[in-house]
Amino acid sequence: MRWLLAVVLILFAIFPVVWVISASINPSNTLASAKLIPDNFGWDNYRLLFNTPQFPFGRWLWNSVKISSITTVLSVSITTLAAYAFSRLRFTGRQTMLKAILLIQVFPGLLAMIAIFTLVTQFGTIVPALGLDTHAGLIMVYLGGAMGVNIWLMKGFFDTIPRAIDESAMVDGATHWQIFSQLLLPLMRPILVVIGILSFIGTYGDFILARILLKSTEQYPLMVGLFIFTSGEFSQKWGPFAAGALIGALPIMIIYLILQDQIVGGLTQGAVKG
Amino acid sequence: MTVQALKQPGAPQSNQSATLLNVILRLVLLLAIDGFLIWFALSAFGEGYTSLGIVIAFIGAGVNYIILARDMYPLRWMLIGLILMVMFAIWPILLTIFVAFTNYGDGHLLTKVQSIELLQQERYLPEGGAAYSWTGYQNEAGDYALWLQNEAGEGFLAYPGTTLIPASEAEGVGALDENGIPEAIGAYERLNALQVASDQTIPSIQFGSELDGVQIRSAREAAQLQSKYVYDEVADVITNQETNAEYSPVEGVWTSSRGETLPFGYRDTVGANNFTRFFESPAFRGPLLRIITWNFAFAFLSVFTTFSLGLAIAYIYNDRSLPGRKIIQSFLLIPYTIPSLITIIIWRGMFNNEVGVINRMLESVVGIAPEWTVDPTLAKLAIIIVNLWLGYPYFMLICSGALQAIPEDLYEAARVDGANAWQRFYKITLPLLLVAVGPLLVASFVYNFNNFNLIFLFIEGGPPIANSATRAGHTDILISYVYNFAFASGRAKEYGLGSAITIIIFLIVAVITLFQFRYTKMWEEVGEGV
Repeated sequence: MRWLLAVVLILFAIFPVVWVISASINPSNTLASAKLIPDNFGWDNYRLLFNTPQFPFGRWLWNSVKISSITTVLSVSITTLAAYAFSRLRFTGRQTMLKAILLIQVFPGLLAMIAIFTLVTQFGTIVPALGLDTHAGLIMVYLGGAMGVNIWLMKGFFDTIPRAIDESAMVDGATHWQIFSQLLLPLMRPILVVIGILSFIGTYGDFILARILLKSTEQYPLMVGLFIFTSGEFSQKWGPFAAGALIGALPIMIIYLILQDQIVGGLTQGAVKG
Repeated sequence: MTVQALKQPGAPQSNQSATLLNVILRLVLLLAIDGFLIWFALSAFGEGYTSLGIVIAFIGAGVNYIILARDMYPLRWMLIGLILMVMFAIWPILLTIFVAFTNYGDGHLLTKVQSIELLQQERYLPEGGAAYSWTGYQNEAGDYALWLQNEAGEGFLAYPGTTLIPASEAEGVGALDENGIPEAIGAYERLNALQVASDQTIPSIQFGSELDGVQIRSAREAAQLQSKYVYDEVADVITNQETNAEYSPVEGVWTSSRGETLPFGYRDTVGANNFTRFFESPAFRGPLLRIITWNFAFAFLSVFTTFSLGLAIAYIYNDRSLPGRKIIQSFLLIPYTIPSLITIIIWRGMFNNEVGVINRMLESVVGIAPEWTVDPTLAKLAIIIVNLWLGYPYFMLICSGALQAIPEDLYEAARVDGANAWQRFYKITLPLLLVAVGPLLVASFVYNFNNFNLIFLFIEGGPPIANSATRAGHTDILISYVYNFAFASGRAKEYGLGSAITIIIFLIVAVITLFQFRYTKMWEEVGEGV
């Protein structure tokens, strides 16, 4: 009975995926194949991805990996340091700041994009390396959101580490920095991995900011690049889109499936047990 | 020395020098940061980006205070994060709030100064004024040139777009006739009276530059153009020199006492106009109630369906003894592992009325082909189905974690007391689970309340609401409705109004979030030990 239910649920879960696989090997470039295994199926769409100068797919993939990796490392650093302060230090405005961080995060940022676009344009005239159409500028804007809900997750984890550990180190004359870097950081490994993955996936999947701040095809990350295939100006190349989507989703899928126990553990540690 | 200090924190001597080094390092760092920020702020002011300059100066002051003041020590741990947050999160929010009280948008994109500058560039041909006699020339490409002579008989050469050239400096001037007029100028041939009289183009051409522009007034005379509009800074009034009409600013439009307006409106504050317009104007009120109702319903149904399915799966497959449990979970996790942008677009294709795979299957099995993108109710149903697919794995993960945290002996005790499976779930599991995942349910509600990506990429808010004065669709939520005001191509952009709606959305989700702080565990935790 449970197995039968599982089969139904799994069909629901993988239905679109199966169907994308089918579209990706369909040479007729359509979303509307009637058969699961299309006539004359082949790898043309995959070949096209890597051989068309108009759509530098490999470049997009590399851009995505680069932008997401740099953003992840920096944002996890920012988050960890801030979470330590929120967990271990007491200061006026601590609660207010924690609340404010969440409130800022629920602000619907769509209209703020106009302001962000203007800001980055102005940055660009002063420091061209941080302007529009640069990855550095985009990463900088992503990091503006680093002080977000992840601080809560991370702080929750810090709170679970008994304070007796740092108090005894403090008696021995250790500074906060020593306690943080030598005692607590090694214990934080699991949550660092989880937050790192979540942040990587979040950046990897972002579309709107990258679309607004990047102009040239060479600079696009994967999500913006893939979107080109579906828009009218390239007459809806669904075949390459499906192939590209599969290749693009694969790394994330593998990370998730391998580390799912850690992710569940991290999410529930930080968020549920709080 | 520092390495030693780290390893032997007890040794007083090295500790002291470490502190000194620490102070020196901090000062050097501060100087470097200050140098950069001052340069940056000055450059910003130099480029005319006053607001950016002010923000940078404000950030600079904050950085110095945090690094120098002793009791700001905790904030040093998050200094870089704070700087970036102020710059790219808080500052854009403040700007959005400010814009909500202005008429910024098409017709009001300029600043007041820019608007005045543009008006001052407009020229007109006055009745009197400095006059020249003129002779026309034309080259083979059809370009014109003028030879002008003022009353003193001095000659000037004039091309469209460049300053007048005095005869002595003009190049290519051919032999002069008895009146001092050249027969030809370079490749330009002199036009005779008949040619000039029949030429329709030449009277409309403005010769010379913006400052000394000259235009032909009659067959004999050409005259210097003059500024059409003069701005009086003290009275804040623009006067039309030709008609003597006076225009005063009214909400970003130069308006005369008779109600005539000038082009080049500018940004101006309009008080709470955007908000009252939003709530009171019939054009908005029509679709507004529908949009807000659907917005809440969509967010609630999304959370309810994803949480229910996620919980059900977690509960049914929580049994560690079930073979293949891990594999089932991995398969069911797949929707969560693909970037949602990709899957939303795929679902969009699958739900296509004519060629989508869903309708093809329905047609061959039960012989119906529902019009998913045309019928409002079906469109909403499709959105909920897609969001269920996107969202249930998250709650499946969360719930399976939370279920394992519920102590087994509670169930034992219930079983001893004779509770059946349903009672055990309803009386024990659900309440305990809700306490644990309550904040996440609220967070999910807030997220879905503004789930622009899904609504926009899947169906763009459609199908459109008939007879609506503004562009609105049956599946539009507030945030996708805002998109129409601010970004949709081919329509007037109304950033002011869009920002006002943004503020209203923010108030709604902020209230929900604050409510969550108050009534859930997360909030108690913040209060701990302070």
